[in-house]
Amino acid sequence: MNILSKIKKAGLIGRGGACFPTAKKWEAVEKAKREKKYIVCNAAEGEPGVEKDGYILENFPERVIDGIKIALDFLKAERAFIYINHKYYKKFFGNLTKLIGDYPIEFFIKPIDSGYIGGEESSILNIIEGKRTEPRLRPPFPVFSGLWGYPTLINNVETFYNVSLVKSGEYKKNRFYTIKGDCLRNGVFCYPENWTIEKILKETNNYPKFSFFVQIGGEASGVILNSKQLKQPAGGAGSITVYSEEKQKAENLIGKWLDFFLNESCGKCTPCREGIYRLKEIVSSPSPDWHLFRELLDNLEETSFCGLGCAVPWPVKSYINNVLGDKPEKIFKNLDRKLFV
Amino acid sequence: MKKINIKINGKKLSCSPGKTIMEVAADNNFFIPSFCNHPDFLPKGNCRICVVEIKGWRKLATSCSTEIEEGMEIFTNTEKVKKARNLNIELIFAEHIEKCPTCIWNVHCSLLDLAERYKVEIKRFPDRKGKRKTYKFANAVEIDGTQCIDCRNCLDACSLLQNINYLELKGKGYNQEVVPVKTSCLFGEKKKVDCIYCGQCAVHCPVGAAQEQSQWEEVEKKLKDKNKIVVAQFAPSIRVSIGEEFGLPHGEVLTGQIIAGLKELGFNYVFDVNFGADVTTVVEAEELLERIKNKKTMPMMTSCCPAWVKYVEFYHPELIPNLTTARSPHVHNGGLIKTYWAEEKCINPKDLVVVSVMPCTAKKFEATRPELKVKGLFPVDNVLTTREFAWLLKKNNINLSKLKPSDLENPMGDYTGASVIYGGSGGVMESALRTAQSLACGKNKGSLCEAKLDFKDVRGLAGIKESVVSVAGKKLRVGVVNGIGHIEPIIDNLKKYDYIEVMACPGGCIGGGGQPIPTTNEIRQKRIDALYRLDKNKKIRRAHENLGLQKALKWLKGKGGLEHKLLHTTYKKRS
Repeated sequence: MNILSKIKKAGLIGRGGACFPTAKKWEAVEKAKREKKYIVCNAAEGEPGVEKDGYILENFPERVIDGIKIALDFLKAERAFIYINHKYYKKFFGNLTKLIGDYPIEFFIKPIDSGYIGGEESSILNIIEGKRTEPRLRPPFPVFSGLWGYPTLINNVETFYNVSLVKSGEYKKNRFYTIKGDCLRNGVFCYPENWTIEKILKETNNYPKFSFFVQIGGEASGVILNSKQLKQPAGGAGSITVYSEEKQKAENLIGKWLDFFLNESCGKCTPCREGIYRLKEIVSSPSPDWHLFRELLDNLEETSFCGLGCAVPWPVKSYINNVLGDKPEKIFKNLDRKLFV
Repeated sequence: MKKINIKINGKKLSCSPGKTIMEVAADNNFFIPSFCNHPDFLPKGNCRICVVEIKGWRKLATSCSTEIEEGMEIFTNTEKVKKARNLNIELIFAEHIEKCPTCIWNVHCSLLDLAERYKVEIKRFPDRKGKRKTYKFANAVEIDGTQCIDCRNCLDACSLLQNINYLELKGKGYNQEVVPVKTSCLFGEKKKVDCIYCGQCAVHCPVGAAQEQSQWEEVEKKLKDKNKIVVAQFAPSIRVSIGEEFGLPHGEVLTGQIIAGLKELGFNYVFDVNFGADVTTVVEAEELLERIKNKKTMPMMTSCCPAWVKYVEFYHPELIPNLTTARSPHVHNGGLIKTYWAEEKCINPKDLVVVSVMPCTAKKFEATRPELKVKGLFPVDNVLTTREFAWLLKKNNINLSKLKPSDLENPMGDYTGASVIYGGSGGVMESALRTAQSLACGKNKGSLCEAKLDFKDVRGLAGIKESVVSVAGKKLRVGVVNGIGHIEPIIDNLKKYDYIEVMACPGGCIGGGGQPIPTTNEIRQKRIDALYRLDKNKKIRRAHENLGLQKALKWLKGKGGLEHKLLHTTYKKRS
């Protein structure tokens, strides 16, 4: 059985956050009849609160490099790039270089000013090609037309790690969870992918005694859940950030998210460039127009150019819905929770 | 070819594959708004106002970038679509500081049109770009940051279309701004860049942020000045484009109406630059023959496109000796108006104001070149674009389409078919070839002598056109560059050519930076077709056979140094 069949059978899904079936990407690149193909290992890890790729590169670099080599051999690709943030590069490049050996795998350091969008897969293609840091139109998808127009496989560090496990028959449907926030044992842990958030928090002795809520899949674009909603697996990039209700003030949190997105929006599309600016304007105003606020959030989700813009509403909406309770107007003037259901 | 069956708003349509939803919608008269989409460019999907709902799709899709698929059911006006589209229009509107009272777009502003059509609130959000700068490029073009809606068409025009790369996007997010740059990194090389004033940014801008530096206010003042005799002259290409500003079909010819309209506006006399174009052809054809005969610098290159001249002066000053020294048509015409015609009319040239109505923004810059002065006077005092002219008419409630056609002033009223086609890419070359061949034949029009009228190889919208033409017993290898974006491969292979025409704007002057908006390839072709129809219907189709011109040139011959001064110009290296 070749590696593609094994990946299919293992039901591997991408660990970058979008949960795309890995076999589909591999199959598309494999089938493409082109003289050149490329591979990108995304080690940007730009989502705040997610640290598992760094953990894997530190502890299992041989698996990651093995996974990239398997892809190079199987896809007969010309070259692979490890697109890596500066911090990880400094820390791991010596070790990784040794493991790479004479395989055509090279590092591409994520530009320091490329920000959040610099970790988005089509923006990565632009950056490697020397173009402006912003997402590309899809279709064509990178698997058909990626780097310099050639079919390109882009997978996350953990995905390549898993490919290596699949090859050697050791894949056990586990995944890495980054646990952060107001809890005792911050860190990265490996557990089955179907474990619930509650179970993981309990297993790691992190289940808080105080009233709390969590953010799943990143501290920027992750969804907020209250303590009664934890009987579900942690999706996306598999991070759990614990917030103490007492410590975390609503206006600070929403302000923090909006500031983050305002600074990180690349400026390409209207709903993100203009919409986030106006969201910030509304929450800063003495009498916020929450109706318009909600419309702008919906518009981001519905019409943004890329996935990052679509994700802007997730933390804000889920926070208002799941945490602020029945009387959000106590915190935000005129805020009607019904608007956000 | 297999057809694809789709539905738009319930209507069954059978369409060619490979088209986008927006293209199919336009073909079938379904209106979908757009700011950042332009047929000259690949879809960008930036403005997000062209969203549509597709049955079975989780999210709205941008119709500019989504190709049709078999069985697609598309809805252009559902509640979901309306909500998103209108909000994005409102967000965009808040980027654009309204300067309506003096904006030449006022009468057909795409923002106001959409606001009206969809009843959106144009003041829902406070303006946020009040402090943005206006960047001025010589006296020709400007980009007003307070009006920019970040669609990026100007960047596509300057880089992808024209390959000038003078405009760049600085900053990111809500702070991003289109700015001019002094150097640009191209293929890993840092290169000095400068604006060539072609105005393609302006003709691709949907909201007038990139636009001509207007002179209509100044012209209005001069028209009111009792001590001035203000005359207008209009370019070959505008007669086939201005009708679009008044709702007429593309390519409608309005020569007589333009004359009448200019007179209505208060111009004392009106001239046709076609006369000047015939002058240019004769001067240029004679120079070509002379260069061939005396084995002077070849290939000879046309110089009537001022953006191209600026390109040579800045990017390739080594090619200055290749440019024909012939002045451009409106400069020839303006010079003759202030000498030949003024003398005939007993008018002091100092009392004359010559206003050119041009399809071009670079002509504004050209008119100010000091080397063009004749007896201390600029041949042309002001240049208005086609758009500015249309604005002046509308502002004065003059509907060009309803005017009774009027006639030209003599003795500079004659023109030939050769002059009309100056407006399209390949036209200058064709006119010069007609005259050069014919002049070279002299009086013995024997069987060995070829003197053609139609040079179809050099016509059309291809980026580079080539032909071999026999002139004076020599096989002349000619090349036509349609759009400055295609120039570099030609410059790399100069030895392959004897005569080269370059027009900076795609399509030539009919696609100029001062022309009506939109200008697309479909529209360019219709304007060009109209020019060639005019040419074909002219009895005289060779410039030197223009009787009025013969008389004027004969007059010049007796004027000593004036003849050379008025017919030729010089160029200089710029950095």
